[in-house]
Amino acid sequence: MSMRVLVGVKRVIDYAVKVRVKPDKMGVVTDGVKHSMNPFDEIAVEEAIRLKEKKIVKEVVAVSCGPTQSQETIRTALAMGCDRGIHVEITGKEYENLQPFHVSKILAKIAKEEDVDMVILGKQAIDGDNNQTGQMTAAVLDWPQATFASEVKKNNGDLTVTREVDGGLETINVKLPAVITTDLRLNEPRYATLPNIMKAKKKPIAKKTVADYDVDISPRQEVLSVEDPPVREAGSKIIGNTV
Amino acid sequence: MFSTNCTNICRLALRRNNIGHLQKIKRVIPCRKYASNMAESDYSGRGQAEIVENVKPVTNVPFAKQLFLGKFEKDMLVFPEIESNDELNHLNAMADQLDKFFLEDVDSKAIDVNAKIPDETFQQMKDFGLFGMQVPEDYGGLGLNATAYARLTECISTDGAIAVTLAAHQAIGFKGILIAGTDAQKDKYLPKLASGEHIAAFCLTEPSSGSDAASIQTRATLSEDGKTYLLNGGKIWISNGGIADVFTVFAKTPVTNDMGETKDKVTAFIVERKFGGITNGRPEDKLGIRGSNTCEVHFENTPIPVENVLGQPGDGFKIAMNILNSGRFSMGAAGAGMLKKLIGWVSEHITTRSQFGKKLSEFGLIQEKLANVAMTTYVMESMAYMTAGQLDQYQNPDLAVEAAMVKVFASEGCWYSINEAMQMFGGMSYMKDYPYERYLRDARILLIFEGTNEILRLFIALNGVQTAGKELTDAVRKMRDPLNNLGFLMSKGISRMGKSPRLTMELKECVHPVLADPVEDLERNVLLFQRVIEDCLQRHGKDIIDQQLILKRLADIAIDLYACTAVISRASRSKSIGLRNCDHEVLMTQTFTWEANRRINQTIKDIQLNLTISHNQDEYKTRIAKTIAKNNGWAAEHPLARNW
Repeated sequence: MSMRVLVGVKRVIDYAVKVRVKPDKMGVVTDGVKHSMNPFDEIAVEEAIRLKEKKIVKEVVAVSCGPTQSQETIRTALAMGCDRGIHVEITGKEYENLQPFHVSKILAKIAKEEDVDMVILGKQAIDGDNNQTGQMTAAVLDWPQATFASEVKKNNGDLTVTREVDGGLETINVKLPAVITTDLRLNEPRYATLPNIMKAKKKPIAKKTVADYDVDISPRQEVLSVEDPPVREAGSKIIGNTV
Repeated sequence: MFSTNCTNICRLALRRNNIGHLQKIKRVIPCRKYASNMAESDYSGRGQAEIVENVKPVTNVPFAKQLFLGKFEKDMLVFPEIESNDELNHLNAMADQLDKFFLEDVDSKAIDVNAKIPDETFQQMKDFGLFGMQVPEDYGGLGLNATAYARLTECISTDGAIAVTLAAHQAIGFKGILIAGTDAQKDKYLPKLASGEHIAAFCLTEPSSGSDAASIQTRATLSEDGKTYLLNGGKIWISNGGIADVFTVFAKTPVTNDMGETKDKVTAFIVERKFGGITNGRPEDKLGIRGSNTCEVHFENTPIPVENVLGQPGDGFKIAMNILNSGRFSMGAAGAGMLKKLIGWVSEHITTRSQFGKKLSEFGLIQEKLANVAMTTYVMESMAYMTAGQLDQYQNPDLAVEAAMVKVFASEGCWYSINEAMQMFGGMSYMKDYPYERYLRDARILLIFEGTNEILRLFIALNGVQTAGKELTDAVRKMRDPLNNLGFLMSKGISRMGKSPRLTMELKECVHPVLADPVEDLERNVLLFQRVIEDCLQRHGKDIIDQQLILKRLADIAIDLYACTAVISRASRSKSIGLRNCDHEVLMTQTFTWEANRRINQTIKDIQLNLTISHNQDEYKTRIAKTIAKNNGWAAEHPLARNW
């Protein structure tokens, strides 16, 4: 009961919004578009809070890398029950070029600095659909990883994690500290209720920059073009009797 | 992104437009100060628990009433904002979560069909903190001010039954305790009411007493030892009547005045169900808001301890009116929230459905409807937030008339807009598989409850005319006695010689230049309005109070003037700070104000006609109605009654 958990919460375009490509085809329209917490990260927050409620975990820290508005996402995590937040402010071009490679290095630094026992991340964010950050973070930290978790159980000093794999479910045992990424069926996240949103105002958010973690976030790849998915062509009608 | 910097940008933009002087009167709303305190100072001697962090000005210049004097409060052309971006972000976070809850977890169709809000949903509403939104935090509520309450009401209005259940609980049910309760009463009742552990209901209406609230028959008599009242009587159509634990009940009690005379007066009581002697009828089977619980409530020798009198004995009528007056503004936000969702669905429909080889959205008749619905929504929302912003700025605001205007505009705007939206959906909207017919049914009550629109129009006009009457007594007296006041009349006549009044207020200096024309029309109409009121008072004097058809028209003009003020103010701000799609806002404002201008001019002509020609349309209609009433029904013969 002295464990500490780090959860990642990314601010993404809301799942219900119809995404539109910018006229210059260099990205998608984000101005005036509703954003919210990445749904898989909500599951990560929920899992961390449940561990806290079961008194397995002492403290849950929510971290987000992104523009000023990412603080709103951290506030939501705090309102759901996280204890404090860390906002690594990255804006403009730097944020546009930010890749899982960079984020995982930042997360790894924070995990060390905060001396956490567990990092819980969404398996992927619904904007980039990269599905890399969790794996890379584990690699940078050289910790075991349990990805696509649909059940997490504390088992003496280890974690027993049920993973959703292609053929079905796989159950593995990992030693702590470890990185976990959440799949859809792990839990059903709670709402941030209004009284809890009020209370969350008093919870601290530390404001950091990339320089604080000494991570090189220069781009490793270049976006050449962003296109809408091709419109599905109408199928052909089969005329006549089928036998 | 704009929101984070809008205050500064606003200042810059205003300065750039040479209207920097507006900074002085820039309206900022401290977001979380306790707000629903309309008329609070009436009871301020009774231990107010609210601690106001910043000292707010006591009261406002009553904008709507001043319109009746031809005066225009320029401050109103600065649209209110929330003070800090942090507060704004918190409010938006709350709204996001509520939207999500209503989208994902509330089954409005089932609530409508089963005429019940499921227990799990009810519990979720409690967890969400929805039962104590305006209760101060010290009592376990969210301590929201009027603006924040309005914002969340937008989300809640997704489901009419839930919206009414919550409003019946806090906007009227226990509002009396908030605005007139003693510290002891607040300590005892508010925490459980705020958490939703106890549900509240407001018991005023009786079988023989609807709009005429002073005529109630329910009685409370004081026991000989002076410690207990015994309550007897029946109330009807009480929202939450079957599920409430705490009732605010209005009953007649004998009250002795300073002169030693004893008269029956209305007294307000806090009554707990557990006091005993309370029964309720079956939940009413209603047209709309079916999931809300509406019952008869009967009191039979219900004992009430004297400490549960709300305010002073005999204050009940005033308390009832203050409760009702303080809640009405939120209907504008509720309506706008609901209509914005509807507009989203409509847009999707008309941009995907094709007929005659074209999308519906390309047809002129559809475009016109969509534009009308959008303008109505924009005006409604602007009026609601302008009024809420005002409520939040003063300790004891005088805004009952404005709140009534919002209620009238919002209820009729919803009815009109849902009707037009259904027309755009066509036959599909008539089917119960879609939510549109439910929205229509749910919205119908808005024109009836919380004061019918007819009563509210009289309320608006009479409040204004009374203000005008006080100021104009002298002028009106002179005008009604022309022989002895020829000089006065001459000067009056000369000042009116020109076709339209001279504009001296320089209102266009207060708004973005693109809105110069609408704001000048507004000023002209305010001055014309004052003239026609003078004419009405000259013609009818005190009897104006019986001229309902004139009063209705005065109210209609006043509502249009307030609506124009709200949209011009809002669009000017949006344009000045460069909000996304601000030109769309400006266009809606220009279009609405142009139509309002035309409407006002026509209404003024109609009033003049009524005043100058004795056989006019109003008189004919009165006669038609009288004939039918006399006949006890349809009076014209059947076309096939007999052959000639």
